Amino acid sequence: MAPSKGHNKQLAEHAYRVRRNAVLMGEVQGQGYIAQALDIADVLATAYFHAMRYRPDDPEWEGRDRFLLSNGHYAIALYAALIEAGIIPQEELETYGSDESRLPMSGMASYTPGMEMSGGSLGVGMSIAVGMALGLKRKKSDSRVYILFSDGELDEGAVWEAMMSAAHYKLDNIIAVVDVNNQQADGPSTQVMAFEPLVDKLKAFGWFVQRIDGNDLDAVVDAFDAAKDHPEPKPRIIVADTLMGKGVPFLEAREKNHFIRVDAHEWQLALAALEEGRRA
Amino acid sequence: MKPAAPQPSGKPRLTTSAMIASIAGDGQKTRPAPFGHALVEAAKSRPEILGMTADLGKYTDLHIFGQAFPDRYYQMGMAEQLLFGAASGLAAEGFTPFATTYAVFATRRAYDFIHQTIAEEDRNVKIVCALPGLTSGYGPSHQAAEDIALMRAMPNMTVIDPCDAHEIEQVVPAIAAHRGPVYMRLLRGQVPVVLDEYGYTFELGKAKTLRDGNDVLIISSGLLTMRALEAAKELAADRIGVSVLHVPTIKPLDAETILREAGKSGRMVVVAENHTVVGGLGEAVAGLLMRSGVHPTFRQIGLPDEFLAAGALPTLHDRYGISTSAISAKLKEWLSR
Repeated sequence: MAPSKGHNKQLAEHAYRVRRNAVLMGEVQGQGYIAQALDIADVLATAYFHAMRYRPDDPEWEGRDRFLLSNGHYAIALYAALIEAGIIPQEELETYGSDESRLPMSGMASYTPGMEMSGGSLGVGMSIAVGMALGLKRKKSDSRVYILFSDGELDEGAVWEAMMSAAHYKLDNIIAVVDVNNQQADGPSTQVMAFEPLVDKLKAFGWFVQRIDGNDLDAVVDAFDAAKDHPEPKPRIIVADTLMGKGVPFLEAREKNHFIRVDAHEWQLALAALEEGRRA
Repeated sequence: MKPAAPQPSGKPRLTTSAMIASIAGDGQKTRPAPFGHALVEAAKSRPEILGMTADLGKYTDLHIFGQAFPDRYYQMGMAEQLLFGAASGLAAEGFTPFATTYAVFATRRAYDFIHQTIAEEDRNVKIVCALPGLTSGYGPSHQAAEDIALMRAMPNMTVIDPCDAHEIEQVVPAIAAHRGPVYMRLLRGQVPVVLDEYGYTFELGKAKTLRDGNDVLIISSGLLTMRALEAAKELAADRIGVSVLHVPTIKPLDAETILREAGKSGRMVVVAENHTVVGGLGEAVAGLLMRSGVHPTFRQIGLPDEFLAAGALPTLHDRYGISTSAISAKLKEWLSR
């Protein structure tokens, strides 16, 4: 483990606001992949407020780092981060999942500023990442491709095809994060299809691998830094163990939380729990 | 149920010979690898063109491009989903990938990747696929009898079925200049040259009359246009006038020209395609005619809705009715009723 840098207050505040945005969007719909948004908020806050290069007023700036959301159902989390990053206006939050909205429930490239791919059909993102990383190298660009995908996507063979090719082409400009929250549609991911020992598998596929507590901001910051600085010409991946519903204790405790329904009065309780965690 | 072993017939039987049997007739004029050479030409003035394949460079003529531009050629391994997802990523970065494999693997194995990462995202990827329809005697694993049905059902996708080397050489620069996803059926290896005799030029989205006749209008694409022209010559000897309307762009369909030609009175309309009768050019034309209130006598020549047999290609083309002699016989039968 890298030595702790101490609590990064500014980053924690961004992570709080990403969670808060996600809960507010969840309230619009009354349901959603809110537990995933809460578990990945620390990773997204670190990506958008520590690691990545972008211009909020020019989401398609050529010099930007690309962020690919392979697990399109995490759109609520990415919108929350894009709002916090100033790429999507705060007032659009209340349109989430509504007719005519630029913020559909599943992320699509054609709808949303800052959304680089159409997810939803799980397992396609890593292939796109390979192509983008090849393209950036062709252009002699130093921009990176960040890609977030979920542990359930590890069941998809195409993810492994793409990971094999990323190592083959020495795509050291890819920084992947796999969210291991151990929950997919039919139950705990490790029970649906055993994917451990994951670190060994990824190393054997030729990747530079780090496994961290994805809800420990200091660890997330260190992992992104190490992924950027690593000298070997290998693609980089961070295996982020996360807790579904992180930051809202009654959601953390909910057993079946892949797609949760939250009673109307609970949204305020969730916001209050986040606020409480922020002060702590 | 598996068939019984064949009985000795005393006659030599044709063999499957190769996965990619030649579609050229005996003594027919051909040119080698027209796609590969045309892509090299197009790439000289278009630095954004890249070549990508899934372990089928040699079998899609893309190796010609790979030899000319080794640093613009990507071998993605035997992984078609990766091939098309990565092509989408390269297109997102401003390049124009020509991604090649066999038609079965693109349209059946990687359909969702093409649908989501290329068509839905409107990426400028050219999907170029060998062994379209029935051009392999290998059996259903390599026979893309339904590739057009699958690809024309996909929004945003342009679908092209060229007839010969002369046309392929014109399609390549045209689709390189066209902004948007394209599916192109590929004839590879020694490819017949036919359309130069007809003064033909390819235009994206245009159907063109290759010959005129008063008894039958054949509307065809790809390999079957070549066969239709041969059948038309045979029938001319019997004083049967056959018009051939070549429709290389199956989507978007040239509705204006098809309606004009099919609307001329007194001609039986026959759609001929190297594809299952389900969901291809035949049904596309039938739907267009019905919707437009044009009601000629209508017939279809195409592959049956069944898993096709393995065997020698000439045998299979005869059996399934897409050889020149089978087409001629069918037209005579229909006209005599």
